[in-house]
Amino acid sequence: MNAPVNFEANGRSPGQRQRLVVIGNGMAGCRAVEEILARDGDRFDVTIFGAEPRVNYNRIMLSPVLAGEKSFDEIVINGQDWYDDNAITLVSGDRVDHINREAKTVVAASGRIEPYDKLLIATGSDPFIIPVPGKDLEGVVTFRDLDDVDKMLAAAEAGKANGGGDAVVIGGGLLGLEAAHGLSLRGMKVTVVHLMPTLMERQLDEAAGWLLKTELERRGQTILTGANTKQILGADGKVAGIELADGTKVKADIVVMAAGIRPATGLAAAAGLDVERGILVDDHMVTSDPDILAVGECVQHRGLCYGLVAPLWDMCRSLADYVTETPSGFEGTVTSTKLKVSGIDLFSAGDFSGAPGPNGELCEDIVMRDAARGQYKRVVVRDGKLVGAVLYGDTADGNWYFDLMRSEADISDIREALIFGQAFASGGARLDPSAAVAALSDDAEICGCNGVSKGKVLSCIEGGAHSVDAVRATCKASASCGQCTGLVETLLTLSLGSEVESGPKTMCKCTSFRHAEVRELILEKGLREIPQIMQELHWTTPDGCSSCRPALNYYLLCAWPGEYEDDQKSRFVNERMHANIQKDGTYSVVPRMWGGLTNPRELRAIADVVEKFNAPMVKVTGGQRLDIFGIKKEDLPAVWADLNAAGMVSGHAYGKSLRTVKTCVGSDWCRFGTQDSTGLGVKIEQMTWGSWMPHKFKIAVSGCPRNCAEATIKDFGVVCVDSGYELHVGGNGGIKVRATDLLCKVATEEEALEHCAAFIQLYREQAWYLERTAPWIERVGLDTVKAALFDDPETIGRLAARFRYAQQFMQDDPWAKRAAGERADLHNHIATVRPLELEVVQ
Amino acid sequence: MIGNWLDIGPVTQIEPGTARTLPVVGGEEIAVFHTMRGEFFAMVNACPHKQGPLSQGIIHGDVVACPLHNWNISLRSGKALGGDEGCVPTIPLRVDAGRIYLKRSAVVAPRAQDADANAKAA
Repeated sequence: MNAPVNFEANGRSPGQRQRLVVIGNGMAGCRAVEEILARDGDRFDVTIFGAEPRVNYNRIMLSPVLAGEKSFDEIVINGQDWYDDNAITLVSGDRVDHINREAKTVVAASGRIEPYDKLLIATGSDPFIIPVPGKDLEGVVTFRDLDDVDKMLAAAEAGKANGGGDAVVIGGGLLGLEAAHGLSLRGMKVTVVHLMPTLMERQLDEAAGWLLKTELERRGQTILTGANTKQILGADGKVAGIELADGTKVKADIVVMAAGIRPATGLAAAAGLDVERGILVDDHMVTSDPDILAVGECVQHRGLCYGLVAPLWDMCRSLADYVTETPSGFEGTVTSTKLKVSGIDLFSAGDFSGAPGPNGELCEDIVMRDAARGQYKRVVVRDGKLVGAVLYGDTADGNWYFDLMRSEADISDIREALIFGQAFASGGARLDPSAAVAALSDDAEICGCNGVSKGKVLSCIEGGAHSVDAVRATCKASASCGQCTGLVETLLTLSLGSEVESGPKTMCKCTSFRHAEVRELILEKGLREIPQIMQELHWTTPDGCSSCRPALNYYLLCAWPGEYEDDQKSRFVNERMHANIQKDGTYSVVPRMWGGLTNPRELRAIADVVEKFNAPMVKVTGGQRLDIFGIKKEDLPAVWADLNAAGMVSGHAYGKSLRTVKTCVGSDWCRFGTQDSTGLGVKIEQMTWGSWMPHKFKIAVSGCPRNCAEATIKDFGVVCVDSGYELHVGGNGGIKVRATDLLCKVATEEEALEHCAAFIQLYREQAWYLERTAPWIERVGLDTVKAALFDDPETIGRLAARFRYAQQFMQDDPWAKRAAGERADLHNHIATVRPLELEVVQ
Repeated sequence: MIGNWLDIGPVTQIEPGTARTLPVVGGEEIAVFHTMRGEFFAMVNACPHKQGPLSQGIIHGDVVACPLHNWNISLRSGKALGGDEGCVPTIPLRVDAGRIYLKRSAVVAPRAQDADANAKAA
């Protein structure tokens, strides 16, 4: 396929020229003709077939037409005079139905038969219509040609009469967002429904997608991500709205399908050409038939299909070089997208997926976030070269990054400064970064948030602030957004050399903040979502890691009870599956037994489950519960259904949460018992079950100082005495045994319950994630805990009230929901593969 | 083409940020991952360390953290990251028109480690 064909271009008078027939009057087809004419105007008689009844226009500019910024005349590329001047026959409004390769003719819908010597297929792409019920209703449109724009404009016009009208755009990619923007400008109330969690996920990473979503929402659009359209609802044959898989319904007068495009390969496939995702072409755009060429969005070249303009232009040049016998060859290209959506600057280019290079070279992300300016920058470096970039908010350096990618320049020397852009990198590029900081003048600003100059930081250091923490405490530098932490560290090193005192560790490698700071900033800045925290606090990774995600999820859950939606993706397996994973991948199940009490009905149900599901072991736990081992993840919902039926709920033996309240038998039976320890234990467990905590939390109630329930090695322990209840805190029976500290003594059960709730809430609000009460109290000191609880006599009540408020959202048995079928995807296999017939059995 | 690829159903059956399992009768169970960024990957559902079910781990970027001992495994290469050593056999996967396909030969005998098999196959 690669050898140049011997063209018989002799004669060259009209009629003796070769006949070139082009299927497709779009951008690629006409551009290819332009390129051929520019090289050799006499070689071909050209006939162009177009399915649309109009001349060649710039499809990319349909968005401004929809938005009312341009008229159709302004986006015409080649008017009728171009066809006339170049003696091109334009057959518009007549779709080619068939290619007869033997006769070398094409047949159009009108019956017109056109013979060819060379055929060029430039059929572009078709919108992908998601196969849901209602897709054929009137009012469901695509966004591909001028007719679609006219339909959208008509809907907007009709909506004006009743306050704007409602539009739903399915697809939050480039095309969908442009449609949404245009409809929004035309006065419609727009909802964008996007299947993926990130808008424009092919161009943007999660962080930039989140910024875009937030900004579009601020401008009045409703953005539903992770939303799967179940059906389009109709009334009287016209569209009325859509319904999502989760049952949400959205009203709509018009539904725009912008869920993606697929190469239009039907004609080529029917003619027997080699077709995969696109029509297969070689570097000269020749298909598997040497007389048939193809160009544009309909082709697949070296495994790739392109949907952007720049590579299409390159293809047209290669094609024209080839048919005019000066072959050059298209080798594929790096693509970049620079665009404005609703006036928001976005840029992405190259490969920012983090894929390793051909020899396994790993990628490195460099991320810079500037929350104050709403900016996000990420560049991806592989083997000393820049391979990808995503910019949000400031795209000034986009072209520079793109050039670095295309030229495959070695950026090792400017790596440190790369993220700051061209001006910075070419200025201080070869300086070592600490020398660059040393060279700053004393009045140069280090911390923008608090207006702290370099001189001021240095004088703090001279005054004895020998750690980042101390600097933060004295002059506030890096105490707010944390972005200048690196600069402060460099100044410390420059001033003190190795005497810099390193502070406590940061939360994880993704951030320069520590747990306490993140917790404070969540409240101070009102941060309500994980991606928002990562943006505002300048996370250095796009979506965190397995350390920070569960911590942030807990902090948000604690900070905004009832508002924050628990993120299952940020939950450790046990809390996601509501059971304890074991070394063989099966789970153990512990039903709740209030205060360690049980009865024949519960015991029978447990025994039945053990037999029914062939559980190989049942064990009594240290917390007075029964643990059923060896349950497969797909059997968990059925196990829970059986346990629920006997009145049992989740025992939360798997959670960073209240585990168990262990009790002794107390004054009802025991000859030494002083109070009803069992009864109090049940009440405490009923008050505290289901609460999420920084770490697991164990309680015990002993009926007398003999302490049979081992209350003095629990996180919260009650020891009953004749005169009332001793409350103990901070005990631990784990690796490092720690006996409790006595917190206080109270006279009544009510007070014991109130203090228990208050202490738990203080721990929930102040400890770091994965910090048990014992290390927490050792870190902050028992006196601090006591002061926090008792200095103000109203604190206990306030903390307890906050705990009870949060509990109303938590005391909902997670097993019951799963047993009822919720999140079946977490339990069931996709399918089973049986290799003999190699068929998937659903 | 299609004959070499096993259709395992629509992309919507795996929520972004989660993974699901595909047992193979007489073979090793496969985990199919959907990252937050919207990419799909498939590999044998066993950590090279102690055979932990990777499908149950927390997914961040293109890495999954094994639920048993928090080893980080690259979803692209199957290699253990950081100081740990080991590799999980990956299964070439492609997505077309909203459906997920796995390479048949690798499903039956998931031993292939063809890093760029996806690109070639597409």
